[in-house]
Amino acid sequence: MSKVLMKGNEAVGAAAIKAGCKYFFGYPITPQSELPEYMSKALPEAGGVFLQAESEVAAINMVYGAAGAGARVMTGSSSPGISLKQEGITYCAGAELPCVIVNMMRGGPGLGSIQPGQADYFQSTRGGGNGDYRTLVYAPASIQETVDYVMLAFDKADQYRNPVLILADGMIGQMMEAVEFKEAKKIDLPKKDWASTGTKGKRSRNIINSLYLEAEDLEAHNVRLEKKYKTIEENEVLYEAFGLEDAEVVCVAYGTTSRIVKTAIKQAEAKGIKVGMIRPITLWPFPYEAFKNINLNAKGMLAVEMSSGQLTDDVKIGIEGRLPVYFNGRTGGMIPTPESIVADIEKIAGGTK
Amino acid sequence: MTIVYEKSKGLTDIPFHYCPGCTHGVIHKLVAEVLVELGVLDDAIGVAPVGCSVLAYNYFNCDMQEASHGRAPAVATGIKRVLPDNVVFSYQGDGDLASIGTAEIVHAAHRGEKITTIFVNNAIYGMTGGQMAPTTLVGQKATTAPFGRDEAHCGKPIKISEMLATIDGAKFVERVAVNTPANIRKAKKAIKRAFECQIQGKGFAIVEVLSTCPTNWGLTPVKALDWLQDNMIPYYPLQNFRNFEEVK
Ligand SMILES: Cc1ncc(C[n+]2csc(CCOP(=O)(O)OP(=O)(O)O)c2C)c(N)n1
Ligand code: SF4
Repeated sequence: MSKVLMKGNEAVGAAAIKAGCKYFFGYPITPQSELPEYMSKALPEAGGVFLQAESEVAAINMVYGAAGAGARVMTGSSSPGISLKQEGITYCAGAELPCVIVNMMRGGPGLGSIQPGQADYFQSTRGGGNGDYRTLVYAPASIQETVDYVMLAFDKADQYRNPVLILADGMIGQMMEAVEFKEAKKIDLPKKDWASTGTKGKRSRNIINSLYLEAEDLEAHNVRLEKKYKTIEENEVLYEAFGLEDAEVVCVAYGTTSRIVKTAIKQAEAKGIKVGMIRPITLWPFPYEAFKNINLNAKGMLAVEMSSGQLTDDVKIGIEGRLPVYFNGRTGGMIPTPESIVADIEKIAGGTK
Repeated sequence: MTIVYEKSKGLTDIPFHYCPGCTHGVIHKLVAEVLVELGVLDDAIGVAPVGCSVLAYNYFNCDMQEASHGRAPAVATGIKRVLPDNVVFSYQGDGDLASIGTAEIVHAAHRGEKITTIFVNNAIYGMTGGQMAPTTLVGQKATTAPFGRDEAHCGKPIKISEMLATIDGAKFVERVAVNTPANIRKAKKAIKRAFECQIQGKGFAIVEVLSTCPTNWGLTPVKALDWLQDNMIPYYPLQNFRNFEEVK
């Protein structure tokens, strides 16, 4: 199929519809508003339903109801809106409802800015709402990847009966790139025979619920969820890695930031420094396994991110104290520059950082 | 042998957990009977709230979803948009609907969402132990209003039916009580109409049911029925505010 030039947010919508998403409940927020705008036109044309909810809280609860009724359903927002959606996300995780949630991150905390950010990393990878739960998190670095992972997200949500997050930043939402909508690989998905669709007098009642008043029952539920999360950890880790075996410095970055790091690595290599890289594509499960391949004679790790050092924590967990971990980050919508990254790489390689 | 009375097929065989004398049980029974009489039990999907009726999904003999506090109308919206031919209802207390979930109920009504809401007003938070609700009467004591609700401090009790009746998308709005056999019969009629409103595709329907909470009111079940009659009905008049056939 030929490539088309699309804005990130619109590409998300087009990919979702291609993946069979029939329902979108949303609320406007910059820099993701083109997504509900796109869906309001494209979904009815595709025989689906777009509804602008009165709030993000309502939107995610509409998603809960629709997912519980067995539909392929999505919502999208940006940071402050995702904070409001966290209530619904933990309920969806607790009731094991498959749905896809897109976060085009902006700067925070609070109202923050409308510029791109990556400071919702903890919120997305550590649960974010109350209780012991996890959501699969895809962090695409291009609009092509965004399209690919949005489509994959619907299948993974259904496969595991779990919410799946697409964690991109405002840059991805706003920029335009050429994309191709490839036919997705068909995978065998479980029947949604648990959905509440009316018994039609043919089966016993289906109940969608996350309440377990007996401590033993809730623990058993949590143990079962934990097992599911382990399966996801074993099977769904995605990352890109290169140059780890003989690197002097290893950079870790995801999303838009990873593209800046790649530019910086080229510049550092022109100066004769060997730089490796790990780019997590799934932020949860995190690709800790990639850290096993790192040359332990390297001088150190450099985490680069648009936050005050949230990814850095996972880098430290991954390297388990075997190498020093340094941080290069900007916040508030400021973007790390290749020059600052090269300067850090040089200092680490030269043992002066 | 002629059967004089039997438990509605709309209810499961699980015993209620409600306190003795609590009228939540009566309201469950009415909703269940109506679903059966209208022949829609097999198509029904109910949404349970947070509050004393949090376990309603155990009692209604149809598919059910449990919602977070106050969000039942949004959850019901999601279900109804996916399954427009099914009958979708929410069952919510006053803390659930008139406090944390005010936005969700107002906007579901405003959209004319074709769902039916059973709104149980017992003027108090039951489950969490008797705190003040937005519907607690002026002067009524609650664990967070130990000197009685003070209008100057926190306003007058909110009249949800009157408020929703100003919204065009709300096609059926009625307030009933379940404190006497006569009122219970009227309540059932209203609940039936509220479901018919949905089945005929007219729009949003709500029945506010004045209910008792003997436990947290600190009254015997019988005295609680009297207290409802003497204190709640004067402030919350029993009335049909909107009847879809008359709504242009
Ligand atoms: C987000 C959230 N806040 C608070 C609670 C605690 N809570 C449980 S029930 C309840 C009050 C319910 O009162 P009402 O809706 O009047 O129902 P009743 O118990 O009187 O039947 C509250 C505040 C909760 N479960 N979730
Ligand atoms: S606490 Fe009140 S509302 Fe709750 S079950 Fe007991 S009497 Fe009923």
